[in-house]
Amino acid sequence: MHRSGTLQVTLPSDREILMTRVFDAPRHLVFEALTRAELLRRWFGGPPGWRLDVCEIDARAGGKYRYVWARDNGEVMGMGGTILECVAPERLVATETFDQAWYEGQGVSSIVLSEENGKTTLRLTVQYDSKEVRDHVLSFPATTGVEMGYDRLAEWLAGDEAREALAELA
Amino acid sequence: MPSTHLDSTFAALADPTRRAILARLALGEASVAELGEPFAMSQPAISKHLKVLELAGLISRGRDAQRRPCRIEAAPLAEANAWLERYRQLWEQRFDALDALLADMKAAEKTARKSRPRRKS
Repeated sequence: MHRSGTLQVTLPSDREILMTRVFDAPRHLVFEALTRAELLRRWFGGPPGWRLDVCEIDARAGGKYRYVWARDNGEVMGMGGTILECVAPERLVATETFDQAWYEGQGVSSIVLSEENGKTTLRLTVQYDSKEVRDHVLSFPATTGVEMGYDRLAEWLAGDEAREALAELA
Repeated sequence: MPSTHLDSTFAALADPTRRAILARLALGEASVAELGEPFAMSQPAISKHLKVLELAGLISRGRDAQRRPCRIEAAPLAEANAWLERYRQLWEQRFDALDALLADMKAAEKTARKSRPRRKS
Protein backbone atom coordinates (compact mmCIF):
# COMPACT_ATOMS: atom_id res chain seq x y z
CA MET A 1 0.00 0.00 0.00
CA HIS A 2 1.11 3.55 -0.69
CA ARG A 3 2.03 5.15 2.62
CA SER A 4 2.58 8.89 2.29
CA GLY A 5 4.06 9.46 5.75
CA THR A 6 5.27 7.82 8.92
CA LEU A 7 3.38 8.14 12.19
CA GLN A 8 5.45 9.96 14.80
CA VAL A 9 4.58 10.09 18.47
CA THR A 10 6.10 12.69 20.80
CA LEU A 11 5.41 14.28 24.20
CA PRO A 12 5.12 18.08 23.84
CA SER A 13 4.20 18.68 27.50
CA ASP A 14 3.54 16.85 30.76
CA ARG A 15 -0.06 16.12 29.93
CA GLU A 16 0.01 15.56 26.19
CA ILE A 17 0.68 13.01 23.51
CA LEU A 18 1.22 14.28 19.98
CA MET A 19 0.83 12.19 16.86
CA THR A 20 2.10 13.63 13.61
CA ARG A 21 1.50 12.27 10.14
CA VAL A 22 1.94 13.72 6.63
CA PHE A 23 -0.62 13.02 3.89
CA ASP A 24 -0.17 13.48 0.18
CA ALA A 25 -3.33 15.57 -0.25
CA PRO A 26 -4.46 19.18 0.25
CA ARG A 27 -5.83 19.91 3.68
CA HIS A 28 -9.41 20.66 2.64
CA LEU A 29 -9.68 17.00 1.62
CA VAL A 30 -8.12 15.82 4.88
CA PHE A 31 -10.52 18.04 6.81
CA GLU A 32 -13.49 16.56 4.95
CA ALA A 33 -12.26 13.04 5.69
CA LEU A 34 -12.14 13.98 9.39
CA THR A 35 -15.55 15.61 9.64
CA ARG A 36 -17.96 13.77 7.32
CA ALA A 37 -19.42 10.56 8.67
CA GLU A 38 -19.61 8.79 5.29
CA LEU A 39 -15.89 9.47 4.78
CA LEU A 40 -14.89 8.66 8.36
CA ARG A 41 -16.51 5.25 7.88
CA ARG A 42 -13.93 4.46 5.23
CA TRP A 43 -10.86 4.90 7.40
CA PHE A 44 -11.70 5.23 11.09
CA GLY A 45 -11.84 1.51 11.73
CA GLY A 46 -11.30 -0.46 14.89
CA PRO A 47 -8.73 -3.12 15.81
CA PRO A 48 -8.61 -6.22 13.58
CA GLY A 49 -11.90 -8.10 13.79
CA TRP A 50 -13.85 -5.01 14.87
CA ARG A 51 -16.18 -3.15 12.56
CA LEU A 52 -17.36 0.44 12.87
CA ASP A 53 -21.09 0.08 13.57
CA VAL A 54 -21.99 3.61 14.62
CA CYS A 55 -20.33 6.66 13.09
CA GLU A 56 -22.07 9.94 13.79
CA ILE A 57 -20.62 13.41 13.79
CA ASP A 58 -22.24 16.82 13.90
CA ALA A 59 -19.18 18.79 12.84
CA ARG A 60 -19.74 22.20 14.35
CA ALA A 61 -18.84 23.79 17.67
CA GLY A 62 -21.15 22.30 20.29
CA GLY A 63 -22.00 19.32 18.07
CA LYS A 64 -21.70 15.74 19.33
CA TYR A 65 -19.95 12.77 17.81
CA ARG A 66 -20.08 9.09 18.58
CA TYR A 67 -18.35 5.97 17.31
CA VAL A 68 -19.12 2.40 18.27
CA TRP A 69 -17.09 -0.59 17.13
CA ALA A 70 -18.39 -4.12 17.48
CA ARG A 71 -17.26 -7.64 16.76
CA ASP A 72 -19.03 -10.87 16.00
CA ASN A 73 -18.93 -12.22 19.57
CA GLY A 74 -21.15 -9.32 20.63
CA GLU A 75 -18.48 -7.18 22.28
CA VAL A 76 -18.85 -3.44 21.71
CA MET A 77 -16.49 -0.54 22.31
CA GLY A 78 -17.72 3.01 22.14
CA MET A 79 -16.37 6.52 22.39
CA GLY A 80 -17.71 9.99 21.84
CA GLY A 81 -17.71 13.58 22.96
CA THR A 82 -18.47 17.16 22.09
CA ILE A 83 -16.87 19.22 19.34
CA LEU A 84 -15.33 22.31 20.92
CA GLU A 85 -13.95 23.95 17.76
CA CYS A 86 -14.52 23.18 14.11
CA VAL A 87 -12.69 25.55 11.77
CA ALA A 88 -12.48 24.30 8.18
CA PRO A 89 -10.02 23.39 6.82
CA GLU A 90 -7.52 23.69 9.65
CA ARG A 91 -8.71 22.83 13.12
CA LEU A 92 -10.90 20.32 14.95
CA VAL A 93 -10.98 20.19 18.75
CA ALA A 94 -13.17 17.78 20.70
CA THR A 95 -13.55 16.15 24.09
CA GLU A 96 -13.20 12.37 24.08
CA THR A 97 -14.47 9.81 26.51
CA PHE A 98 -14.36 6.06 26.09
CA ASP A 99 -17.33 4.01 27.30
CA GLN A 100 -14.89 1.60 28.92
CA ALA A 101 -12.46 4.18 30.27
CA TRP A 102 -8.87 2.99 30.10
CA TYR A 103 -7.84 6.25 31.70
CA GLU A 104 -9.57 8.40 34.32
CA GLY A 105 -11.55 11.44 33.26
CA GLN A 106 -11.76 12.77 29.76
CA GLY A 107 -9.25 13.72 27.16
CA VAL A 108 -9.30 16.64 24.75
CA SER A 109 -8.10 15.91 21.24
CA SER A 110 -6.98 18.73 18.95
CA ILE A 111 -6.29 18.23 15.29
CA VAL A 112 -4.40 20.94 13.40
CA LEU A 113 -3.86 20.66 9.66
CA SER A 114 -1.20 22.63 7.80
CA GLU A 115 -0.56 22.46 4.09
CA GLU A 116 2.63 22.86 2.13
CA ASN A 117 3.20 22.03 -1.54
CA GLY A 118 -0.03 20.08 -1.71
CA LYS A 119 0.88 17.90 1.28
CA THR A 120 -0.90 18.14 4.60
CA THR A 121 0.66 17.67 8.01
CA LEU A 122 -1.83 16.41 10.57
CA ARG A 123 -1.01 17.04 14.22
CA LEU A 124 -3.23 15.21 16.66
CA THR A 125 -2.69 16.20 20.27
CA VAL A 126 -4.49 14.40 23.08
CA GLN A 127 -4.37 16.20 26.39
CA TYR A 128 -5.13 14.26 29.55
CA ASP A 129 -6.37 15.55 32.90
CA SER A 130 -2.99 15.18 34.54
CA LYS A 131 0.58 14.12 33.98
CA GLU A 132 -0.13 10.97 36.00
CA VAL A 133 -2.88 9.92 33.64
CA ARG A 134 -0.73 10.60 30.60
CA ASP A 135 2.15 8.72 32.18
CA HIS A 136 -0.07 5.74 32.86
CA VAL A 137 -0.51 5.63 29.13
CA LEU A 138 3.03 6.37 28.07
CA SER A 139 5.67 6.14 30.78
CA PHE A 140 6.06 2.47 30.80
CA PRO A 141 8.57 0.25 29.10
CA ALA A 142 6.62 -0.63 26.03
CA THR A 143 5.89 2.95 25.12
CA THR A 144 8.36 5.35 26.68
CA GLY A 145 8.88 7.34 23.53
CA VAL A 146 6.23 4.89 22.36
CA GLU A 147 8.55 3.01 20.04
CA MET A 148 10.36 1.24 22.87
CA GLY A 149 9.44 -2.40 23.19
CA TYR A 150 9.47 -4.75 26.12
CA ASP A 151 12.33 -6.60 24.49
CA ARG A 152 14.42 -3.44 24.79
CA LEU A 153 14.05 -3.09 28.55
CA ALA A 154 17.69 -3.88 29.13
CA GLU A 155 18.76 -1.21 26.68
CA TRP A 156 16.55 1.30 28.40
CA LEU A 157 18.12 0.46 31.75
CA ALA A 158 21.43 1.88 30.51
CA GLY A 159 19.77 5.12 29.46
CA ASP A 160 19.50 8.56 31.06
CA GLU A 161 15.97 8.12 32.39
CA ALA A 162 16.94 5.10 34.46
CA ARG A 163 20.13 6.78 35.67
CA GLU A 164 18.25 9.92 36.76
CA ALA A 165 15.70 7.87 38.63
CA LEU A 166 18.43 6.00 40.43
CA ALA A 167 20.38 9.16 41.23
CA GLU A 168 17.27 10.60 42.87
CA LEU A 169 17.01 7.67 45.24
CA ALA A 170 20.70 7.36 46.00
CA MET B 1 -9.94 -6.95 29.10
CA PRO B 2 -9.43 -7.24 32.87
CA SER B 3 -9.20 -3.49 33.41
CA THR B 4 -8.51 -3.38 37.17
CA HIS B 5 -5.59 -5.70 36.58
CA LEU B 6 -4.28 -3.42 33.85
CA ASP B 7 -4.76 -0.40 36.13
CA SER B 8 -2.42 -1.81 38.75
CA THR B 9 0.04 -2.78 36.04
CA PHE B 10 0.08 0.73 34.65
CA ALA B 11 0.31 2.28 38.13
CA ALA B 12 3.29 0.09 38.96
CA LEU B 13 4.95 0.92 35.65
CA ALA B 14 4.34 4.67 35.95
CA ASP B 15 7.38 4.92 38.23
CA PRO B 16 10.76 5.05 36.46
CA THR B 17 12.57 3.31 39.33
CA ARG B 18 10.21 0.36 39.18
CA ARG B 19 10.72 0.16 35.44
CA ALA B 20 14.47 0.12 36.08
CA ILE B 21 14.05 -2.74 38.54
CA LEU B 22 11.98 -4.65 35.99
CA ALA B 23 14.62 -3.99 33.38
CA ARG B 24 17.24 -5.50 35.68
CA LEU B 25 15.02 -8.49 36.40
CA ALA B 26 14.46 -8.98 32.69
CA LEU B 27 18.13 -10.05 32.60
CA GLY B 28 17.57 -12.69 35.28
CA GLU B 29 16.36 -13.16 38.86
CA ALA B 30 18.02 -11.27 41.70
CA SER B 31 17.79 -10.87 45.47
CA VAL B 32 17.02 -7.55 47.16
CA ALA B 33 20.72 -7.16 48.01
CA GLU B 34 21.71 -7.94 44.44
CA LEU B 35 19.21 -5.44 43.15
CA GLY B 36 20.60 -2.83 45.54
CA GLU B 37 24.13 -3.01 44.13
CA PRO B 38 23.74 -1.79 40.55
CA PHE B 39 20.97 0.55 41.62
CA ALA B 40 22.94 2.22 44.45
CA MET B 41 19.72 2.25 46.43
CA SER B 42 18.94 1.46 50.06
CA GLN B 43 17.32 -1.89 50.79
CA PRO B 44 14.16 -0.33 52.28
CA ALA B 45 13.74 1.79 49.12
CA ILE B 46 14.16 -1.29 46.94
CA SER B 47 11.79 -3.31 49.13
CA LYS B 48 9.09 -0.64 48.88
CA HIS B 49 9.21 -0.73 45.09
CA LEU B 50 9.32 -4.53 45.04
CA LYS B 51 6.15 -4.63 47.13
CA VAL B 52 4.29 -2.51 44.57
CA LEU B 53 5.58 -4.64 41.71
CA GLU B 54 4.62 -7.82 43.54
CA LEU B 55 1.09 -6.58 44.26
CA ALA B 56 0.70 -5.70 40.59
CA GLY B 57 1.73 -9.25 39.75
CA LEU B 58 4.72 -8.01 37.77
CA ILE B 59 7.24 -9.93 39.87
CA SER B 60 7.20 -12.92 42.16
CA ARG B 61 9.45 -13.73 45.12
CA GLY B 62 11.11 -17.09 45.72
CA ARG B 63 10.43 -19.11 48.89
CA ASP B 64 14.08 -19.26 50.01
CA ALA B 65 13.79 -17.36 53.33
CA GLN B 66 17.33 -16.00 53.12
CA ARG B 67 17.44 -14.80 49.55
CA ARG B 68 13.82 -14.51 48.42
CA PRO B 69 14.97 -13.99 44.82
CA CYS B 70 12.77 -11.75 42.66
CA ARG B 71 11.82 -12.75 39.17
CA ILE B 72 9.89 -10.95 36.52
CA GLU B 73 6.39 -12.19 35.63
CA ALA B 74 5.99 -11.68 31.94
CA ALA B 75 2.23 -12.12 31.55
CA PRO B 76 0.91 -8.79 32.94
CA LEU B 77 3.64 -6.85 31.13
CA ALA B 78 2.91 -8.61 27.89
CA GLU B 79 -0.77 -7.87 28.35
CA ALA B 80 -0.19 -4.14 28.93
CA ASN B 81 2.37 -4.00 26.14
CA ALA B 82 0.09 -5.76 23.70
CA TRP B 83 -2.79 -3.46 24.56
CA LEU B 84 -0.81 -0.26 23.90
CA GLU B 85 0.94 -1.68 20.88
CA ARG B 86 -2.48 -2.47 19.46
CA TYR B 87 -3.47 1.16 20.05
CA ARG B 88 -0.48 2.40 18.09
CA GLN B 89 -0.99 -0.14 15.32
CA LEU B 90 -4.62 0.88 15.15
CA TRP B 91 -3.69 4.47 14.37
CA GLU B 92 -1.14 3.38 11.78
CA GLN B 93 -3.81 1.28 10.08
CA ARG B 94 -6.29 4.14 10.19
CA PHE B 95 -3.84 6.59 8.68
CA ASP B 96 -2.93 4.09 5.96
CA ALA B 97 -6.62 3.75 5.15
CA LEU B 98 -6.92 7.53 5.15
CA ASP B 99 -4.08 7.66 2.60
CA ALA B 100 -6.11 5.43 0.30
CA LEU B 101 -9.28 7.47 0.83
CA LEU B 102 -7.46 10.74 0.13
CA ALA B 103 -6.05 9.32 -3.10
CA ASP B 104 -9.63 8.54 -4.19
CA MET B 105 -10.83 11.98 -3.14
CA LYS B 106 -8.01 13.68 -5.04
CA ALA B 107 -8.83 11.70 -8.17
CA ALA B 108 -12.54 12.51 -7.83
CA GLU B 109 -11.79 16.18 -7.36
CA LYS B 110 -9.56 16.22 -10.43
CA THR B 111 -12.28 14.63 -12.54
CA ALA B 112 -14.89 17.05 -11.20
CA ARG B 113 -12.65 20.01 -11.87
CA LYS B 114 -12.12 18.91 -15.48
CA SER B 115 -15.81 18.62 -16.25
CA ARG B 116 -17.00 21.50 -14.10
CA PRO B 117 -14.36 24.14 -13.42
CA ARG B 118 -14.49 25.90 -10.04
CA ARG B 119 -16.66 23.24 -8.46
CA LYS B 120 -15.70 22.82 -4.84
CA SER B 121 -16.29 19.47 -3.23
